[in-house]
Amino acid sequence: MENYPQVLLENCKPDRITTLEEYEQSGGYQGLKAAISQHGEGGIQQMIEDANLLGRGGAAFPAGLKLKSVADDAPFPRYIVCNADEMEPGTFKDRVLIHANPHMIIEGIIIAGFSVKAQKGIIFIRPEYESGARIFEREVKAAEAAGYLGKNILGSNYALEIVVHRSGGRYICGEVTAQLNALMGKRPNPVQPPPYPTEKGLWGLPTVLSNVETFACMPHIIRRGPDWFKGLAKTETGAGTKIFCVSGKVKRPGCYELPIGVRLSEIIEDYAGGMLDGSEYKACLPGGASTGFLPKEHFDIEMDFESLKKVGNRLGTGAIMVFDHKTCLVGATLNLTEFFARESCGWCTPCREGLPFIRDLLLRLENGEGREDFIPLLEEMGRHLWSAYCAFAPGAVAPLQSLLTHFGEEVEEHISQKKCPFKQ
Amino acid sequence: MLPNKLKESLEKQIAHADHPREMVVDVMLALQDHYGYLNDEAVETVAALLEMSPLEVEEVATFYTFTYRESVGKYVIHVCDSVICWMDGYESIRDYLCRKLDIAVGATSADGLFTLLPVCCIGYCDQSPAMLINRKVYGHLSPEKIDSILEKLKVET
Repeated sequence: MENYPQVLLENCKPDRITTLEEYEQSGGYQGLKAAISQHGEGGIQQMIEDANLLGRGGAAFPAGLKLKSVADDAPFPRYIVCNADEMEPGTFKDRVLIHANPHMIIEGIIIAGFSVKAQKGIIFIRPEYESGARIFEREVKAAEAAGYLGKNILGSNYALEIVVHRSGGRYICGEVTAQLNALMGKRPNPVQPPPYPTEKGLWGLPTVLSNVETFACMPHIIRRGPDWFKGLAKTETGAGTKIFCVSGKVKRPGCYELPIGVRLSEIIEDYAGGMLDGSEYKACLPGGASTGFLPKEHFDIEMDFESLKKVGNRLGTGAIMVFDHKTCLVGATLNLTEFFARESCGWCTPCREGLPFIRDLLLRLENGEGREDFIPLLEEMGRHLWSAYCAFAPGAVAPLQSLLTHFGEEVEEHISQKKCPFKQ
Repeated sequence: MLPNKLKESLEKQIAHADHPREMVVDVMLALQDHYGYLNDEAVETVAALLEMSPLEVEEVATFYTFTYRESVGKYVIHVCDSVICWMDGYESIRDYLCRKLDIAVGATSADGLFTLLPVCCIGYCDQSPAMLINRKVYGHLSPEKIDSILEKLKVET
């Protein structure tokens, strides 16, 4: 097993967070000091763009570009929002990171906030992560006491306040525009841009929203430079490390920080301890529930945004859910579709009506009541979902569409045998 | 009626917010803790505190997983039924809870202590099957483990 550099999980302790002092001793808040005293707002944005940091929450949007899209003459106050509403099934990397090193995330929020002159920072966190919310509340106070937050940060004239906002719990709140509605006390339906949140976000003012892990990368980029960050990856196209969270039929499920571009086989066999005894690898969802099943022929794929795009899939959140030869993928797709049908906000018709319909067809297939004509119908419904209002629905049918493309035989067996072939 | 102490503490928090309605989830959860669930009186009180209409509060109250518009038990058990817990047998965990509490999913036990609800992925896939009780996480569940968790909660009551 290769010893890859640990950046985000460097100070990870088994049972407690890294304290402010410990974080400072390992170079913590040096990035912020350099940001304010050397680089200035534009310099930071350029460094993050040069580092090719792509959003770690699933959408892979270039983080530097997002910061740059706040216009110089944009109105005040401006907001910086940390999305800790991690609800993509199979994803628990932000939870691990918050419990490992909250100050790395806080420092990232301050650096990004400084670069767009934001006065208010908000950490939006799911209610299931109450312990994470309490950690943030306590450590934000510690950062204030140390002069990293509040007025005149590190002796400059920059001021930033960070508050923790608890959600009431719904998957759609992870979507940027829905999250902004949630933060404004409205029903969290998504809103179609333009205007984009960096122009008109919270209360109609410029708002930059990024994922926990994206913010955590920023102090390192400022402290050690964009080239160092890019050099962490194993592929030309990639940059940085990624926290892969592995779950399912492996011996050691958990979070592993590895270079972008590491091979899937290496993650599963070396880090996650291989398949469970008696289990053979069949497929995985490489980046959460809204990515497609990755068939066995790609077991050696380089886990990079680009290489997954090439095979019609996505790196998503880097949540690798591993399925074995004894697991029914029709049943798994039924479960995933039930999740999306329940979590749909119900705003637009394709999503509200389409997902329960797909769920019903899959349920009948799984119960041995499927017919041949269900297959073209499922394909058609999959296409319809792409005309929904937001990105939720196309993500929701990714498992279904990949099931039909790569595991058509398994679907056929449910029809011909008039039962689930995996059930005794 | 809301006790003065709770009302004053909420008003103080609301005064600190830039816009009162951004506090809607916090205030709903606080009143839910006080009333046991978000009853009609609670919805109206939230609305009055935040200068919202009761309908605007209702829109939000009916949206979230952890705001309960119907009466619930002292402990609300949310069993994760997403894909990793499904693979690791959440169905047998759910069925065990139903038998043990003698209720169906969505119902509250006769002693008023436990309500059983399903919930989407809670982000503890490395400890599946998992559940939440009053937002505290319990992972690697087995019937024996459930017995001891519920027994402990009953003793504490």
